[in-house]
Amino acid sequence: MSKPLIRPKRKNPLERTRLPLLPHGQRSRTAHGLTLAAAQGRFALQVCDECSKTIYPPRDACPFCLGAQLPFKDVSPGGRLVVETTVRISTDPYFRERTPWRVGTVQLDSGPLVIAHLHGDTKEGERVTLSLKLDKSGAAVMVAMPALETPSMEADPILREMTCDPQFRRVLITDGRSSVGQAMAKAFSEAGASIVFVGIAHPWKPFAGMDSLAKLAGVEIVPLDVTDSQSVADLAAQNGGRIDILVNTAEHVRSGGILGRAGLTEARDEMDVRYFGLMRLAQSFGPALRFRGADGQSSATAFVNLLSVHALMNWPAFGAHSAAEAACLSAAQCLRAELRPGGVKVLNAFFGPLETEWFQTVPPPKLAPSALAKAVVTALKQGLEDVFVGDIANDIRERLAANPKALERELAEG
Amino acid sequence: MAIPARSIRKSYDTVVACAPVTVPYTRFSPESAAWWIGRALHGLLRQSGLQIKDLDGFALSSFTAGPDTAIGLTQHLGLCPRWLDHIPLGGASAVVALRRAARAVQAGDADIVACVAADTNHVDSFRKTLSTFSRFAQDAVYPYGSGGPNASFALITKNYMNMFGATREDFGKICVAQRDNALGHPLALMKQKLTLDAYLAARPIADPIHLFDCVMPCAGAEAFLVCHEDTARSLGLKTVRILSTIERHNAFPDDPVQIRGGWAMDADDLWAMAGVTADAVDFVETYDDYPVISMMQFEDLGFCKKGEGPDFVRSHSLTNDGSFPHNTSGGQLSVGQAGAAGGFLGLVEAIRHLTDTALGTPVPHAKLGLVSGFGMINYDRGLSSCAAILARAS
Repeated sequence: MSKPLIRPKRKNPLERTRLPLLPHGQRSRTAHGLTLAAAQGRFALQVCDECSKTIYPPRDACPFCLGAQLPFKDVSPGGRLVVETTVRISTDPYFRERTPWRVGTVQLDSGPLVIAHLHGDTKEGERVTLSLKLDKSGAAVMVAMPALETPSMEADPILREMTCDPQFRRVLITDGRSSVGQAMAKAFSEAGASIVFVGIAHPWKPFAGMDSLAKLAGVEIVPLDVTDSQSVADLAAQNGGRIDILVNTAEHVRSGGILGRAGLTEARDEMDVRYFGLMRLAQSFGPALRFRGADGQSSATAFVNLLSVHALMNWPAFGAHSAAEAACLSAAQCLRAELRPGGVKVLNAFFGPLETEWFQTVPPPKLAPSALAKAVVTALKQGLEDVFVGDIANDIRERLAANPKALERELAEG
Repeated sequence: MAIPARSIRKSYDTVVACAPVTVPYTRFSPESAAWWIGRALHGLLRQSGLQIKDLDGFALSSFTAGPDTAIGLTQHLGLCPRWLDHIPLGGASAVVALRRAARAVQAGDADIVACVAADTNHVDSFRKTLSTFSRFAQDAVYPYGSGGPNASFALITKNYMNMFGATREDFGKICVAQRDNALGHPLALMKQKLTLDAYLAARPIADPIHLFDCVMPCAGAEAFLVCHEDTARSLGLKTVRILSTIERHNAFPDDPVQIRGGWAMDADDLWAMAGVTADAVDFVETYDDYPVISMMQFEDLGFCKKGEGPDFVRSHSLTNDGSFPHNTSGGQLSVGQAGAAGGFLGLVEAIRHLTDTALGTPVPHAKLGLVSGFGMINYDRGLSSCAAILARAS
């Protein structure tokens, strides 16, 4: 049975911080089909179009019929742990620090044999459920989980290497004035974060929800204005080494496209809050996050971006806003590559219109900020890289995959 | 369309193997693979009195020669062969080189084939070889604890123990007997006696694999010549005859965990072609990267039935003077595993025992030897298996 996590002791500041190492992360191009599924929390393997057999490890020809069409499809993750071993001596520096490490052979119900990391509650000969996770290197790996839920199963040390659970971690919510920022603070407080720093620009200006925010367990209001480089740098100088998860809740939502607006003032503000804000946060907090990627049980673990799903395809009704979000998405991809050496994940949460003032004129369905916050916490617990929250976001994702040109035309129609 | 029945295999007639060469192993070497290959060829020329231009066939096995393959090494080493092969089959390399070279000589495509396996071992080359060993290893094995072959064979060993009741003592008996054999072998890297107690008390590596179940990676080279009997005779070389060979790859893919190798498909053919039975062989050289694989070879090659390997080991003494002389040099477990040369160790050793040139304790009255190879853990199991029955020249 997994031991529940205990609140880590205060770190001795004189002790050396263990530097992050990564497991071997190189994969063939075909194997990145698993990376895609793992990033989104799905379990997908190649299934041959010709003979319908499920195939693993990833191949470029079917070993049963030599078919060449081998798309990754969601398949049942159930199987049996045939045999296991405990690796005590490893050739790889990452695993040398983490042995003993259990791995085993799982026979999936669909046929393939899978070498997998083993959750501590799995047993040889018994049923398991495979899960695709992103390890510290960002590569997809198979983790065999017990078929039925066990107590404290999320605290398993092997699983924790692949996930970003907020419990006993220190979180920075960059803007607590908005309802999204406040919902996020509440969700992380409830998820057991040890401290939730909540940034407030110009703290002398009162705002709705201020009192209930301050009362949340573990919440600490800090001055932070993402449009002010000095403000961001000051907070990082004071608390940067203590942040394990950064959630950028700074938002700037205005309707309108390009021709309907006169001049660039609005666009500059959008970019200042969203794109430059992201860059300021990344430049000030990113290096410490990356440095602390292996800093004990509660290491630095994630940088969370909240992105309009229209970052992926412009919605002309909020056209300039969509463009700023697209800039943030691109920056997030860069940041993901730059944080990877520390084993720190970048989680992008995509969503459609929110149940907030700025989307007042937009018809439902709209997403409640609390649902977004809950989805972000869940995605971190699962160790995802991309999560689509709500009906609109998932609808856009599916239509984008099916036919991006149709989506472009249809979004233009309103 | 009906596929015609399998044709009768031709014998190897007067084609022989000769001139066994071992370049003494070292734990680590600052030299390149090309250096080791060069020393092995030099050894062949010294033993045979041939000139480099006389070698008109060249078969090479090496993991560490990269980026070069056999062709690049012809220029590096000054060879001008009319028959060339690069055999990337690890532990199956020697028998495969032997059977290909024998057919080339038999057909007249080459007269004298130098079969060479050599690998260097730089201080960090083993780890680098593992992480890029194969695409499946990169995608689906190495990221899982990076235990290397120890972890892969731990799963195979554990499963075999679960299914057939083998114990650590059974595997220990194989390792201890090999160490006894090695103590008489001047080139073995392991020089200390191994007791069963020491075997059992060794530190765990990947359960149930412990230290003395594992080979020690090292640098070294092995080589031999394949030619016609009369060519060898004119050079004054002692020869061994090739009675039969088999080779098989990717057998039994549906076994969830490997419990048998391709030998089980082809052993009948091996014995039939040789015209002898299993009780006629005087010694056996198995591929022993882990003792469980040697036990599987006893079963799959027909010395006992599947699942009887543990009993077979319990009922035999496996030293050179025993009832079932096995891995007479000490095998890779005691001599060291010099990369692909590990695949050649048994064959080169067998040539020595059948030509009265054993470096260690000779097997008494050895007339027939069986050499078996196994190699290439591409994903979860060894893909290649092969074997040859060799006979003393009459």
